[in-house]
Amino acid sequence: MSSVEFRKDLFADERDDNLKEIGKPTIRQDILGHVTGRTPFYDDHQFDGLLHMRAVRSPHHHAQIRGIDTSAAERMPGVRRVLTAKDVPNNLNTLLSLINFGRDDEPLCAHDKVRFMGETVAWVIADTERQARDAVAAVRVDYNVLPHVLDVEEALQPNAPVVNEVYPNNTFDYNGKYDHQKLRFGDVNKAFAEADHIVEAEYQMSPIEQAPIETCGAIAAPETNDRFVCYTNTQALFFSLGTTSKLLDIASSRLHFIGGTAGGGFGGKVDSIVEPTAVLGAMLTGRPVRFAWDREEEMQVGAPRGGERWRIKDGVMNDGRIIAREFTGFFDSGAYVRLSSYAIVKCTGHIPGPYTIPNVASNIYCVVTNRTPATAMRGFGITAADFAIECHMDRVAETVGMNPIELRILNAYRDGDMKAHRRPAKNTALIECCQVAAGKAAWPISADAAAQSSKVGGGVGERGVIPASVTDEDGKIGDRRAGRSEGTSPSRRGTGKVAAGTRVEAKTEAHMQDPDMALEADRIGHRMGSASTAPPAPAPAATPAPPAPAPVAATPSHPQPTAPVPPAPQVQPSAPVPTPPPAAPEPYQPEQPFQRGLNRPGTSRFTSGFRRR
Amino acid sequence: MTIHKGRGFACINYPIGMNLGGDPSQALVHSTPDGKFMVALSSIDLGQGMKSVTRQIASETLGVPVEDVYVDTADSDTGPHCMGSFASRGTHRVGNAVIRAAAEARKQMLDAAAEELEVNATDLETDGAGSIHVKGAPSRSITVADTAIAAQFKQGRTLSGRGIFLIPPSDVDGETGEMTPVTCFAHAALVVDLEVDDETGEVEVKEINSAYEVGRALNPKLVEQQLIGGAWMGVSHALYETTEPTYPERDHRPVDFNTYLMPGPAEVVPHNLAILERPAEDAPYGGKGPGEMCANPVLPAVANAVYNAVGVRCDRLPITPEKVLRGIRENGGARPQGTPS
Amino acid sequence: MAKTPVTFTLNDMETALFVDPGANLNDVLRRGAGDLTTKNGCGQGTCGACTVLIDGVPHLSCLTLAESTEGRRIDTTGGLAGGPELHPLQTAFMEGFAAQCGFCTAGMLMAAKALLDKTPNPTREDVVEAISGNLCRCTGYEPIIDAILTAAARMQGRAV
Repeated sequence: MSSVEFRKDLFADERDDNLKEIGKPTIRQDILGHVTGRTPFYDDHQFDGLLHMRAVRSPHHHAQIRGIDTSAAERMPGVRRVLTAKDVPNNLNTLLSLINFGRDDEPLCAHDKVRFMGETVAWVIADTERQARDAVAAVRVDYNVLPHVLDVEEALQPNAPVVNEVYPNNTFDYNGKYDHQKLRFGDVNKAFAEADHIVEAEYQMSPIEQAPIETCGAIAAPETNDRFVCYTNTQALFFSLGTTSKLLDIASSRLHFIGGTAGGGFGGKVDSIVEPTAVLGAMLTGRPVRFAWDREEEMQVGAPRGGERWRIKDGVMNDGRIIAREFTGFFDSGAYVRLSSYAIVKCTGHIPGPYTIPNVASNIYCVVTNRTPATAMRGFGITAADFAIECHMDRVAETVGMNPIELRILNAYRDGDMKAHRRPAKNTALIECCQVAAGKAAWPISADAAAQSSKVGGGVGERGVIPASVTDEDGKIGDRRAGRSEGTSPSRRGTGKVAAGTRVEAKTEAHMQDPDMALEADRIGHRMGSASTAPPAPAPAATPAPPAPAPVAATPSHPQPTAPVPPAPQVQPSAPVPTPPPAAPEPYQPEQPFQRGLNRPGTSRFTSGFRRR
Repeated sequence: MTIHKGRGFACINYPIGMNLGGDPSQALVHSTPDGKFMVALSSIDLGQGMKSVTRQIASETLGVPVEDVYVDTADSDTGPHCMGSFASRGTHRVGNAVIRAAAEARKQMLDAAAEELEVNATDLETDGAGSIHVKGAPSRSITVADTAIAAQFKQGRTLSGRGIFLIPPSDVDGETGEMTPVTCFAHAALVVDLEVDDETGEVEVKEINSAYEVGRALNPKLVEQQLIGGAWMGVSHALYETTEPTYPERDHRPVDFNTYLMPGPAEVVPHNLAILERPAEDAPYGGKGPGEMCANPVLPAVANAVYNAVGVRCDRLPITPEKVLRGIRENGGARPQGTPS
Repeated sequence: MAKTPVTFTLNDMETALFVDPGANLNDVLRRGAGDLTTKNGCGQGTCGACTVLIDGVPHLSCLTLAESTEGRRIDTTGGLAGGPELHPLQTAFMEGFAAQCGFCTAGMLMAAKALLDKTPNPTREDVVEAISGNLCRCTGYEPIIDAILTAAARMQGRAV
């Protein structure tokens, strides 16, 4: 039997616990529908004359399509229409084109070749699902099987088959320059030389299915006003609507998407494949069309959490301090990039985990292979890295002969510490979580570890500043395929240096559109910075800090120190909640040396991408 | 055959919301003629409780009873834009949008009440039970229902609000990885106790003790649902699940729940949770999204506990009996590491 | 295709339908009889979301030939509540936060009802056994087991 306790004693001075509805165990709004079976999921909408759509799928990992013969299928009982790639008006997309990230690399229906086992090559629409399945089996596809590659590191070899011609090096291109995303903070190689111990290991996350009990599906139907309605269980209604609009080249105003209730998702219902497919079916038949994955498709065609391979190398001192940490990571994106490229950027921001380590480097590769494309899943971009990091922490603890919880508390990040992505930590609570969990499990920790606090000791000296950082230009796009790249780990030979302290401004939320939208300062429920009049400037050290080893004065380096006093009641009706800047500042300063031509005015924020049309 | 006990630890943090921002969400709130409030969203409830938590946020912000608020999600004609339910962004982004929409509606509600009571709106407060009264003078009051009726039929005033929340998009530097990933992080630490059978290689998780820091438990039962269910999923990931058992090869792929394994009701692990609340400054009432991070610490904690039990490092997931047995054989037998301290 | 007539009693209602030969009961209930309270999670008989009671015994409707239900009694979650009054199982699931996405709930309730109808005072092990064919991806099962035990106790007039 499980138990739950609320540790209201911790951080009590930062909360107002006298709220009226927040914090109450109010029964779910949707629960009556759930227990009576009447919650309307997408498939619970009934249509007269509903047609059923099924996909014809590739049996090969990688093959050229020489021809598709649909004639036999078209003559099968109940078949209304057989569709192929030529029926898709704009048959190339990438999911994140909606936020202008990455290149269009994925057709809704394969036309020239298939790149993974299970890829769609045609669809059948029939009166019943059974008729559709029978007709799918009658579609004849003439394949010329090609060599395939399934291992991420084999895919990086110069002679590996090219999986997706949009990414001819089998890697996503980062910042228009590198075949991986870099993180460089301090100088790991120098620190490795100074460390008492080097701890290295490799970790492998396996692909995992989201496995919602309701599979992905959609029903689309013509509406009376020359629009199409689409009932869907997408996790992202406007993502799916926008993707459908683009692939089918139809004005988004002619699409009416209804959803909002999904039978589980866990990341598996973001990809927006069933929606454009069902709407295409409705457009071409003029009838309501249902397109849903069966369980086998959900498991093997629906995108999983991708496989990830990680190598971690730590430089550790005898007292347990980790002074350097280096990552080499490979995300197996499968045949199309979808969200993997973005997951890597997210993961780069997460590195080196919730620890303050003065020298950090990582290279992470988004590798294209002949596998079912990967996508989001609960813990997106983080779960596998955390598996590797936390297994590695135990290896480090064993190496130095230390209590593993004490090791974590010793290295834990605290308020004001500089993180490897060059923003100060705030609102941290790792140490307290470690202490409470240890206490609950009766796992003894030292009095010193038990006395530590996330609020104390952070940002002091080196902890609060950005060190001088060694950079390199290894792994330029195309070098690896040409045999000019050695290895995949962060470089052993730095070729550049970024001065200590260098960074640009942190982003906070957009300015409140209207002062009336601000919650009164005494009703926001917490007691941090709410009445502050200072703009949310990042930590003070805007000028380059002294060279790394020299301790700097203990400046209060987190932006909005905890205010132990409650905010003055009813400050101004217009006082915005967390004090936005007076006007949106220019986000970046391209003249900053380390920016190297990024963010040129008028260009994409992500220079590897381009805006569609 | 010997059963070896093992104990493992892991701790994590988790970024809340879409990395690098650029993921807006909107909300619209309006009153019915008699002072009930409808919240229109296009956000998705996939079980995490989006409808319920935004309803509570709207109720708190408006200052009206939760029974007088209903949330409608996801009709693209009526619900304003939302990026979607992923990246632990729902509570943070949508919650903030709802706060703004509800705050604007509240402002108009207080203005309408002030006109009826002939006082300044700034002198009014809500009791959260359906009435608005003059601060310090509870007898000078008007119900929310009468306020709405007056606004609608007498004053010609809407009680409605719009809200949007956006962390503007930002970039990542290609040379250093510099970025503003997100604005707040949730935290967790967790101890797994388990047993390993050195004859079969089977691992049985016996107990989990954990601490999760969630900013604020906006609804403690919804938080508990996420954390208990999420930790279950973590055990499942650690020991059972994969779509590619011979990764990177694609053989023996599961196609049903007979071959894709997950723990069932007989494998429920007692889980003792502590919930910590350190509110995040820009989060709605301080609440961070607990839904994604809850599984993450379980995977390494299980692996670390297996090592503690039999001395086998399982660095490739899932930790199947086969891998444990092969590890034990390679070591020439189980090597229990002793009680950790 | 020639259709076959089938009559059965669905939640106390006499129901007569023409079904395709080989049609499964899940499709017939949902698309034929319009009872959408029975879900389809896998169509393979491995998830339990489609569980219905046939003459009081839980069956996977996705694997049941509709024609085989001729003359029999079928109970679904749609008939669980006696009018406006919820069944104690439903109340216990609501109050016990025993559902998240809600997609497995109808099948769980049917499996639980079959148990309580036969075994009014189940042990925890009985409950686990009864729902062991029903998958839930959200809750980790514990709240569901607790809710079923709570409902059983309430139905027996025991304090919980």
